[in-house]
Amino acid sequence: MSEAILDVENLNKSFGALRVTDDVSLQVMPGELHAIIGPNGAGKTTLLHQVSGLLASDGGTVRFGGEDITGLPMHARVHRGIARTFQITSILPGFTALENVALAVQGRSGSSFRFFGIASREQALNDEAASLLDLVGLAARADLGAGTLSHGEKRALEIAIALATKPRLLLLDEPLAGMGHEESNKVIEILRSLKGRYAIVLIEHDMDAVFALADRVTVLSYGRVIASGDPAVVRSSPEVRAAYLGDEAA
Amino acid sequence: MSLTLVLVQTLNGLQLGVLLFLIAAGLTLVFGVMDFINLAHGVQYMVGAYFAAWFTAMTGSFFVGLALALPSALLLGLLLEILVFRHLYGRDHLAQVLATFGVILFLNEAVRILWGAAPLSVPVPEILSGSIVLMPGLLYPVYRIAIIVAGLLIAVLLYFLVSHTRAGMLVRAGATHPRMVSALGVDIRRLFTLVFGFGAMLAGFAGIMIAPILSVEPGMGDQILILAFVVIVIGGIGSIRGAFVAALLIGLVDTLGRSFSGDLLRLVMSPAEASQTGRAIAPMLIYVLMAAVLFFRPAGLFPAAR
Amino acid sequence: MSDLVSSASTSDVPATPRLRGTVALLVPAAIFLAFALAPLLVHAGLDPFYLSIVVRIMIFAIAAVSLDLILGFGGLVSFGHAAFLGIGAYAVGILASHGAGDAFLQLPVALFASAVFAFLTGWISLRTKGVHFIMITLAFAQMAYFMMTSLSAYGGDDGMTLWTRSTVAGSKVLGDTTAFYYACLGALILSYAICRCLVVSRFGRVLRGAKENAVRMEAIGFDPFRFRLVAYVVSGMICGLAGFLLANHTEYVSPAYMAWQRSGELLIMVILGGLGTLHGAIIGATAFLFLEEWLAGFTEHWRIVFGPLLVLVAIFMERGILGAVTRRRR
Repeated sequence: MSEAILDVENLNKSFGALRVTDDVSLQVMPGELHAIIGPNGAGKTTLLHQVSGLLASDGGTVRFGGEDITGLPMHARVHRGIARTFQITSILPGFTALENVALAVQGRSGSSFRFFGIASREQALNDEAASLLDLVGLAARADLGAGTLSHGEKRALEIAIALATKPRLLLLDEPLAGMGHEESNKVIEILRSLKGRYAIVLIEHDMDAVFALADRVTVLSYGRVIASGDPAVVRSSPEVRAAYLGDEAA
Repeated sequence: MSLTLVLVQTLNGLQLGVLLFLIAAGLTLVFGVMDFINLAHGVQYMVGAYFAAWFTAMTGSFFVGLALALPSALLLGLLLEILVFRHLYGRDHLAQVLATFGVILFLNEAVRILWGAAPLSVPVPEILSGSIVLMPGLLYPVYRIAIIVAGLLIAVLLYFLVSHTRAGMLVRAGATHPRMVSALGVDIRRLFTLVFGFGAMLAGFAGIMIAPILSVEPGMGDQILILAFVVIVIGGIGSIRGAFVAALLIGLVDTLGRSFSGDLLRLVMSPAEASQTGRAIAPMLIYVLMAAVLFFRPAGLFPAAR
Repeated sequence: MSDLVSSASTSDVPATPRLRGTVALLVPAAIFLAFALAPLLVHAGLDPFYLSIVVRIMIFAIAAVSLDLILGFGGLVSFGHAAFLGIGAYAVGILASHGAGDAFLQLPVALFASAVFAFLTGWISLRTKGVHFIMITLAFAQMAYFMMTSLSAYGGDDGMTLWTRSTVAGSKVLGDTTAFYYACLGALILSYAICRCLVVSRFGRVLRGAKENAVRMEAIGFDPFRFRLVAYVVSGMICGLAGFLLANHTEYVSPAYMAWQRSGELLIMVILGGLGTLHGAIIGATAFLFLEEWLAGFTEHWRIVFGPLLVLVAIFMERGILGAVTRRRR
């Protein structure tokens, strides 16, 4: 297991008396798409917060590329190659779509303590941002205010922003949430094109998408891992069906 | 640093503390429940003092003056709420700062026009004048004791109102879950007006009570406003209990600090240096305290649960 | 200035982004030109007293621009910015009282002291958010205020009178009204240019981004704290420069420069003009001080009119004077 890019061991987080993540351990291999599913309140988003560094953990370790990053803040983890999207879309609504991505490119290319020159005219930043927008199908929207984009476009933009940090690991928190059929198919296509090129942790409620995309599935329930492995095996596990899929199958 | 002096200053600190509490209680509710920064809360205290001075002079009796000044302070609060504040709920804090700063300018100038720039004084009511011996060698003015008692009574009353009445329950809920309260079908606007008027009346009451021992003059609310903000930030915004504890803390730290920091410093430096440094740091103490509280407990000592 | 505003508002052409960029350059250029030409009016018979008001306006405009840098672009509501005015002014007063009257010493000391104060207080304040930031900046300014009121060696409560303006490399050039006027204008243009340069730079883009969504900025690898701290220090230094000029203008230094009401006035100048444009802060400072002066010409009780005016602006002009103008144009 030593070649895992992300190695989470016994991660814990409590809010008051509530244990939101309870001794969670999981690994993600390079290039693997690892889906995390579970009922609402299972601790999926909290786990992602802990891995990305938005929330400090109460216990356990997070290793990334062999390095212990448990104590690092989110921005430092980004520089090591972890990027994420949020369950509730998080963009800069007052900036153009292009600038949203260009800022992320700026974050890893050269110092941002530069006080001269007009950042929005830096060709290198803009070119790279434009090609990423193109990748997620937003090329035509580049100069629009990000706040004016449709919900689906915002989610795609968020993926482009995450990619702009040149991550080795992508953490995607329900990228399909709140989308219509058509929009969601577009995003699934984007995810399919990313698959294999990045290690991806995907939290998603859309089971069709999960089982179509995932290489491995981990099931969380009440903050604990109750199953993990090959999608087909997980899908047929009686424990999982009882805890989670059961209600859907019924 | 005799024991008597320490006791006297402790009582003075307590008196400043309950006064600050009266002002801070309204401020913290308005802030906590409506997320509204009211810089004009200090001038409401000032106007209370002016009302007291005016009605007392007119009727010749402090108590009749008090009885008239209190509802006047309430009316002024309601008037301000209707004319100005209610248009600014839900707007960003900067707009509120701008508007309430305007109200400060207006009211400070209005009292100057109506009553002149010279300080007014209000005689201590006959029945509460003089001093009593609290213990051998410790003489303390009756009126100051009356302020402390009145302040503590109000604190008890407030505690009862907030924790044992329906309106109080709604106010508490409003401070933590404003959306839920309006979802319950409660007329949140009316609740706001009520809280606002009540807070204005408390500030006015503080002004009335202090009038006989302080000179009543324009601008007297400006410095106390900042103290009241320090209190509510230390206590935790929206928390009455926090405001009470922090008000007493600030009252004591400020009063005792001003009297004794020189004496304490004398232990480590020469008397001349000590009194000079003491004078310099004493007024800064409460701000140091506030910065420290914010640094270690950013939500204050008693954060309203959110 | 009022001509400028009304002429801009009569145009009904919808501003394309490009055009708006040009307007954004034209407005400040026109403002600076107006300031530069104002002394000529004295030759045309205007009472020179008015120039002294304009100097005051320019000095407070520098302070307001510095506040707009962190407020309008960083979202940091500092309620203690007047502390820097005081620090800059006291650098002049204290050094002068020790016989060091030259700007070549005083100005660097003023800037350095402002930077140190900004760094230390910012390092603590910037860990808090929202209303707590407002209050903690206020607390630090109050500390500075009370510190100076109790330093009797430097005038304490009464402040200190300067015997003469700062010399510049030994020359008394600042004593000349016109020279001082243009020195202040130069300082204003320089401050504006520095801030303008900062907000469009890589640095400024991160600062602006962190104002909109700090978590997003962290999620692409930026630590907003460091950018805010640098902006806070730069802003404090520019305001310290304003303090240096203020002391020289009034030839008097007092703790009152640091009073919380003064910090409130600076905030109001910025809000009045319109946040996040920099030249809005200049317009706001001009409107504020001009109105104050103008109303005071009618009655000593000018605040009775000025107060309600602020209330009306707060209620009806959500984005300040500039905002009201640009909205009408749209």
